[in-house]
Amino acid sequence: MTSKWWANEEFWRKMAVWVTAGMLLVLIALTFDTIPKISVGSERVPAYSVINQRIDYVFNDERNFQVPVIGKEQLLFGKKLNEEEAEAMVTWGKKIIQGRNCINCHTLLGNGAYYAPDLTKAWLDPNWGNSNTREAMMVNFLMDPVTNYMNDSGRKMPNMNISKDEAKAIIAFLKWMSSIDTNGFPYNFKSIGQEG
Amino acid sequence: MSIGVLDSNNLNGGQKLAVKYFCVAVILFVAQILFGLISGLQFIMPDLFFNVLDFNVTRMVHINAMVVWLLMGFIGSVYWLLEDEAGVETVGLVLGNLAFWVLTAAVTVVVLVYLFVQVGPGDDFTRWFVNEGREYIEAPRWADIGIVVCILIFFYNAAATFMKGRWSGISGVLILDLVALAGIYLAGMFYTTNISVDQFWWWWVIHLWVEATWEVLVGCIMAWGLIKLLGVRRKIVTTWLYIEVALMFGSGILGLGHHYFWIGTPEYWLTIGGFFSALEPVPLVAMVVHSVYDSGVHKFKSANHPAMAWLIAHTFGNFFGAGVWGFMHTLPQINLYTHGTQWSASHGHLAFFGAYATIVIAVFYIAVQKWRGDVWMSGGLSGNGWKWKWSLGLLNMGVVGMTMALLISGYVQSFIERAIEGSTWSGYFAAQVHPWFVQGMNWRMIFGLLTAVGIVLLVWDLLTIGKGETRTRQEVPQDN
Repeated sequence: MTSKWWANEEFWRKMAVWVTAGMLLVLIALTFDTIPKISVGSERVPAYSVINQRIDYVFNDERNFQVPVIGKEQLLFGKKLNEEEAEAMVTWGKKIIQGRNCINCHTLLGNGAYYAPDLTKAWLDPNWGNSNTREAMMVNFLMDPVTNYMNDSGRKMPNMNISKDEAKAIIAFLKWMSSIDTNGFPYNFKSIGQEG
Repeated sequence: MSIGVLDSNNLNGGQKLAVKYFCVAVILFVAQILFGLISGLQFIMPDLFFNVLDFNVTRMVHINAMVVWLLMGFIGSVYWLLEDEAGVETVGLVLGNLAFWVLTAAVTVVVLVYLFVQVGPGDDFTRWFVNEGREYIEAPRWADIGIVVCILIFFYNAAATFMKGRWSGISGVLILDLVALAGIYLAGMFYTTNISVDQFWWWWVIHLWVEATWEVLVGCIMAWGLIKLLGVRRKIVTTWLYIEVALMFGSGILGLGHHYFWIGTPEYWLTIGGFFSALEPVPLVAMVVHSVYDSGVHKFKSANHPAMAWLIAHTFGNFFGAGVWGFMHTLPQINLYTHGTQWSASHGHLAFFGAYATIVIAVFYIAVQKWRGDVWMSGGLSGNGWKWKWSLGLLNMGVVGMTMALLISGYVQSFIERAIEGSTWSGYFAAQVHPWFVQGMNWRMIFGLLTAVGIVLLVWDLLTIGKGETRTRQEVPQDN
């Protein structure tokens, strides 16, 4: 009926195929570029043994937002872990976080549910007092959140029957996660006071 | 052929299977709203079911019921139009029926485990048999495998039927889309400790389903629906469908980048994700133009008024919910403050309802019409069709109201928690207890109740519309 190219069925059929194929190829190429850049041990996603070190979240003038800074040694629960041990501990922590369905109240890297605080920088949260009180407070909170809740909204974290070792593994995961370069998210975060 | 009564002799083979899917879908839709009400109430009354049925369980059932009922609605819709579009009987229906029962049984078991087992220790058993603990795809691994097998059977039914019968533009797009839909699900079926890589692939499933393959799937249903309900010429509809596919995949595939701003992925995603996701509303505008134009040309004379009304609700809901509400916070400069706040909940409610629930409901009405022997469902229904009109009004008003209420809470949260307080735990709660935030939550609850009344009416109407009707379907002249 019409010979105009913009109303031509065949033209748009070809467009649909080519545009889809083209975009898919670009996405695949970008994926190949991105995956190595977010692999553990890369600049953006540090090795698991980073939990042996101090982590700060500092404003970077050049990038114009806060970025994680890996500092001197600051052992987690006073124990230095090699790469393998650190990976095992962080892995256990993540599996507990998945098994307890944390993401359906909390957000991790901003993704999840909005019933409880974001966990991206939970390790650096000033709620834990300072770097001396932090580990003990976090363990106590995770093991008995109903008694140790810290807000006046009436919302409490239910008791998830987390053992002491499980709590430590969760904290190892949270410490490692706080070292990931998230392009400045969360913005304007006010970190816990750390000695030294 | 009997008229005015629900008689499966009125249906072809594929359609008999389709209505089974629709029945389960409606049950899950009701469950979605029920658990949504509980989740919403828990914001206002935090002690409700504390340590018994906590928010993480109610919210998980709320969003999982939604994903599954929509998926079952889509599968049912394809079975519904299959024989009509292919011109032959559905191939492999026995297997298709088996897949339906397996899927339904699997969903039932998963929900029961969610409710009564809830969580497990941090080991592989939990992920395989209780809960994977990843938002939207919480279903344990065994269920993932079951879902993939059922989807493959469904795909076989559809593809084999078209191959035996005839192909059309709509069926071609549909089959290619189903390949992508099934394939993408696999990207979510593995474990990694690296949360950046985890979320990278997780978004392939979530985004490329919801913002790409699902959109094209409903585009196919819409195209078929316009031919059936309005008598629009197939060539025009098919051309539109191709345009939409080009625009949808052209913007939506790289639009995936708007989920890669803050999960550890490189900074170039800020540019790519921001740019392409900002284009995502374009095909939705095209759809609005398309459907409204066609409806106008045909003077809204349709064979099924409720279905037509829901299709119109779909185009606007899709445009506002997915398009406008998505665009509002898709640019990284804004998303930095809105990411992970009630903004996302606001967008999620309007988008899932507007883009997907609406069109599946439209197909429910198309199905009921034929199930009752192609009864009259145009103007002048008994009681002036008050039930479908009120349920349409209540459901849309309820969801739009919830969307607005959540948006206000979202504003408060992004200003107070994100911008001023700096996203700490105390900043989070400073926003949560702010009177404006709480007001938003209260209004959300009120509109949630309206939505619930709407669904009661909808179910009632679907069960009764056309009952005892003696007139047959209004004939719609087909364009040449």
